[in-house]
Amino acid sequence: MSNRLAGPLGDVAADAGYDEHPVRVGFFTDTSLCIGCKACEVACKAWNSVPDDGFELTGMSYDNTAALGASTWRHVAFVEQSSTPATDLGMPGSGPPDSQAGDSEVRWLMSSDVCKHCTHAACLDVCPTGSLFRTEFGTVVVQEDICNGCGYCVPACPYGVIDVRPDDGRAFKCTLCYDRLSDGQEPACAKACPTESIQFGPLDELRERAADRVEQLVGDGVDGARLYGHDPTDGVGGDGAFFLLLDEPEVYGLPPDPVVTTRDLPSMWRHVGAAALTLAAAAALSALGGRR
Amino acid sequence: MRRDLDPVVPEAEFSSYYGRPVIKPPVWKQPDVPAYLFLGGLAGASALLAEGAALTGQPALERVGRLAAAGGSGLGALALVHDLGRPERFLNMLRVFKPTSPLSVGSWLLAAFSGLATAASASTVTGRLPALGRLAGSGAALLGPALATYTAALVADTAVPAWHEAYRELPFWFAGSSASAAGGLALIGAPVAQTGMARRLAVAGTALETAAERLLRRRLGFLGEPYEQGRPGRLLRAARALSLGGAAGAALGGRSRPLAVVSGAALVGGSVLTRFGVFQAGLASAKDPRYTVVPQRHRLAAAGEGAAIPG
Repeated sequence: MSNRLAGPLGDVAADAGYDEHPVRVGFFTDTSLCIGCKACEVACKAWNSVPDDGFELTGMSYDNTAALGASTWRHVAFVEQSSTPATDLGMPGSGPPDSQAGDSEVRWLMSSDVCKHCTHAACLDVCPTGSLFRTEFGTVVVQEDICNGCGYCVPACPYGVIDVRPDDGRAFKCTLCYDRLSDGQEPACAKACPTESIQFGPLDELRERAADRVEQLVGDGVDGARLYGHDPTDGVGGDGAFFLLLDEPEVYGLPPDPVVTTRDLPSMWRHVGAAALTLAAAAALSALGGRR
Repeated sequence: MRRDLDPVVPEAEFSSYYGRPVIKPPVWKQPDVPAYLFLGGLAGASALLAEGAALTGQPALERVGRLAAAGGSGLGALALVHDLGRPERFLNMLRVFKPTSPLSVGSWLLAAFSGLATAASASTVTGRLPALGRLAGSGAALLGPALATYTAALVADTAVPAWHEAYRELPFWFAGSSASAAGGLALIGAPVAQTGMARRLAVAGTALETAAERLLRRRLGFLGEPYEQGRPGRLLRAARALSLGGAAGAALGGRSRPLAVVSGAALVGGSVLTRFGVFQAGLASAKDPRYTVVPQRHRLAAAGEGAAIPG
């Protein structure tokens, strides 16, 4: 029963009590291939009948979706980075016209974010009703008919994925298209992705493919390329949905070193126990001192 | 020693996605949830006070403690139901017991405690079934310390940096604040001749919460900023002033009934403000991506991996 709360876990579905189960599946989102078309967002909304959550202009590049939430289960982030050589700023026409030094280089990062389906999922651990559960595919799903809207999963998630719908109070998030998986189909977002930036498959295969891909990119001189969430020894035991990023995770709004909060829960209970005993002792000593 | 006011890392080293929070701030409503944190603490410590009073033969103090335990836990359950929206949503948590969810553990604790405390206070008020009432009161006193302190694990078992990283001190802070609230309420409700235990409990509680809060802020440093700045900072400063003033009044002016009432009210008010301050500090800490990203960056740097390892 070791590593139930944190650390590497070989067979997450077996740990959840499935004797026989399909292989663990997940997403590998290769952001170097993302063209920001948002087909994943649309396909997810359409397939899962996810309601709209406002039509607002954020001023954040082409991203008007803003963040993952109860009614946004895929979110395409747009990051505009410019590296203008400081010496040439404000001096039009001073350099040779063909010089690269005068041009600002713009890099546009696009990345489709999604629930990470953590090996150690804090949302699932803290859920008091059993509404959040581990499927036979190793994914994490909310049962809407059981959720009581307590909202505990919301601040528990180290990635800020799950949220409650204000009008209804219950929590919603990506199901990794549980219904489609049960029918042998791939999730809607991966199906819709035109560039195979979103790849679906058995997690082990995806991890091998990702390792090859990042090696290739680094070899080609893309030095910012790195994997994120692929490592079973990280703070959440590895993600079921992991990424190839071209910059630091926080640039995309991802936490650089997330840890499942329940890793520390045994120690929290010990501290609560010690504090409770302290309170009882204080009361006992207070009772000894007489009436006035 | 004011290093807690200086961010450990200059702003330039920190990047985020358009300044948006990385984690989602808690959706728990105010005043429901901070009020529940206070009421659970008041009820739990009051059950202890009632048991102490029963053992030392102080019926008026016992009565106040029992009523506070029943009333506090009952109102606390109401606050929780109001936050959830419907009573069935509370009952839905009693389908399962999950030790990994402090809310599950707490629901069972609250259900058992409020049942026992209500039975005990009903017996006290009506005078019926005194032996059973006494037994129920003892049961409530057994659960009381857990009810008063588990709420620290409830908030700490989240990704909210100011709560999670404070998980060592928060239970002691809440324990102390609960003791001072229960002592304070008894100072208001019990005759001066039977307030000795309440005064000592209030003073001990205030000492404990003051020490725990200081320790927390020293250990958290940069992450503890939300406990000092803005609205939560003001709430907690007011809470400290009320608690310390109330404890001083309780310690020095115990024989004066008006002073006891004023001190008691200050102690209860300090405990209320403490929970609202802690709650709002958590909100502030969740909304600012600095508190999520910077410590994680430091952890990675300390582990010798400046960035995620390629491949």
